[in-house]
Amino acid sequence: MDFKIMPKSALPDWVKKLTILYRVVAPVPKHGQIVFDEITDPSTLTMLYPQSVLPPKKYLFPQHEVMLNYKLDGSWFEANIESEPTVVLGIHTCDLHAVKLFDRIFSQGYADQHYQARRDDIFLVSIECLTPCTDESFCRSMGTLSATSVFDLHLIDLGEDYAIEIGSDRGESLLNGFKNVFNATSTDEERVNDRLKDKWAEFPYRLDFDVTELSGLLAENFSSEYWDELGEICLACGQCTQVCPTCYCFDITDERSLTGEIGQRTRTWDSCQIDMFAEVAGGHNFRKSRAARQRHRFMRKGKYQMDAYGLVGCVGCGRCAEACLVGITPVKTFNAIHKRQLEKEEA
Amino acid sequence: MRRTLVSEVVQSGSIFTPIPARIVSTEQLTEHEKRFVIALPEGLALHHSPGQFLMVSVFGVGEAPISISSSPSRSNGSFELCIRRVGDLTSAIHQLERGDIIGVRGPFGRGFPVERLRGKDLIFVAGGLGLAPLRSLIDEVLDERGNYGLLTVLYGTRSPDNILFKKELADWEKRRDMTLSITVDQPDESWFGEVGFVTSLFDDLYPNPRNAVAVVVGPPVMYSGVIKRLRSLNIPEGNIWLSFERRMKCGVGKCGHCQLNHIYTCRMGPSFAYSEVKDLEEAF
Repeated sequence: MDFKIMPKSALPDWVKKLTILYRVVAPVPKHGQIVFDEITDPSTLTMLYPQSVLPPKKYLFPQHEVMLNYKLDGSWFEANIESEPTVVLGIHTCDLHAVKLFDRIFSQGYADQHYQARRDDIFLVSIECLTPCTDESFCRSMGTLSATSVFDLHLIDLGEDYAIEIGSDRGESLLNGFKNVFNATSTDEERVNDRLKDKWAEFPYRLDFDVTELSGLLAENFSSEYWDELGEICLACGQCTQVCPTCYCFDITDERSLTGEIGQRTRTWDSCQIDMFAEVAGGHNFRKSRAARQRHRFMRKGKYQMDAYGLVGCVGCGRCAEACLVGITPVKTFNAIHKRQLEKEEA
Repeated sequence: MRRTLVSEVVQSGSIFTPIPARIVSTEQLTEHEKRFVIALPEGLALHHSPGQFLMVSVFGVGEAPISISSSPSRSNGSFELCIRRVGDLTSAIHQLERGDIIGVRGPFGRGFPVERLRGKDLIFVAGGLGLAPLRSLIDEVLDERGNYGLLTVLYGTRSPDNILFKKELADWEKRRDMTLSITVDQPDESWFGEVGFVTSLFDDLYPNPRNAVAVVVGPPVMYSGVIKRLRSLNIPEGNIWLSFERRMKCGVGKCGHCQLNHIYTCRMGPSFAYSEVKDLEEAF
């Protein structure tokens, strides 16, 4: 492991320096919650935070994005690629795993150049989680409690210092010229090892089975009555998908300017929980019921993404559970399906 | 060599950028369906295979997936779309006229397995607007007729008024190197032909199952009945090809609307062998 040491007291100075060169985004308190937002004043920075309302995905894949500008008569049109060199600080490891999945999705087949441009411009500075975020998070069960390779820099809180793991040359360049960064000694290495070892005890497993069984379990239970039970209570509000770090489904809409000469094509986050999502022009809807739509969501998280991209589609952050107004949670759902499967096998 | 439309799209900087194309002519085929002949900008080639689709834009209105209804063998700088007026976008397209500009990007998706049809006896089954993408394949086969075995086209549609491509159907009917059967399920006084769903045309079908490949395109409700008939004729599951219609916003396997289990219909399809999808929930 290649890492450096930075005294915690030096962090604000370092961040201040970064803000001169880059847009810097970090978790900050807002209305009693934590959100990722642009910072100019490092004193608002909160590296120790429970859970952000939205994941930092909005900097890779914004809620609204103009993709195309054009004249209505078709005589002029131009792709709109928006990106800005950005450092995202303090990313939890669950959200880091979500970026890894996004990288696969948006590069497969025809690459999404809008995503790619932002991805190339972004520096991911993650932080090791040492205590669980919320009662709903279940990163340990999903295998996302350790950093995955996509980070540029990864911080580990050692009390007085941060250990900074170097993930890329670009990441290392963020430390260039900053004098309060030191090479790690063998003592530092031990401190890091202890930290990484000790933290496991803090995080309970919350799934009643191993995550590697999840895909098969869901495959067996496509016709489970449990989906109907979810359909009975689901409000189809789509909150679960809006807060999810691995949801990326989108709609594309056109808007005309008031002058009627030019227009824009915009991409907006969409939700598979909304009634019309899978309806085709003739009116046939492939997922008409709320039960079918909730099932689709959980199938994507636990099975389909694994089948398509080789990565599990849920990173265990628990945001959807926090957001759901009727208490639908992935942990309850997966465990309930598992319990019924066991009962089925015993019967 | 001419550049392809899709490479032009990619080079524009975004796979979501449509390229403006000109409407060369329009023809009202039925009350709700219109044929559009479209020309790409000078120097661009569509380079599609039958069964692929384009994302078609009306600037200021939106975009939708439309299958290409002309064959590659007859795409001489222009191509055809057959569009049913069914939503905002298609209604807007129907109002356009010769000389107007639409946006196109693509072709996208996996078309019909033309290579695997060589030397085979072909059974093409179309329901309603499904004839549009199949026509691309039919013309492709007719233009290389010697490369294929027997050709049977079964076409079912709602009523005589809904029959598409009447000119083409009349030509096909006259040909001695293919068999065309048409049925409607809501006949009127003018109709002297077959009456019933497209499955009723199977009563007179006697294929050699060892050498037959079927390609089926129609509305979602049509598939299970047709597949049952094909299977009862012992045509292997891998030799029954289908084309799936789904909601699509991006055409390139990202937006999620067309997702069928782990499969993005727009990218891995829209044509699939029945063997590939028969066990997928929500496929039919």
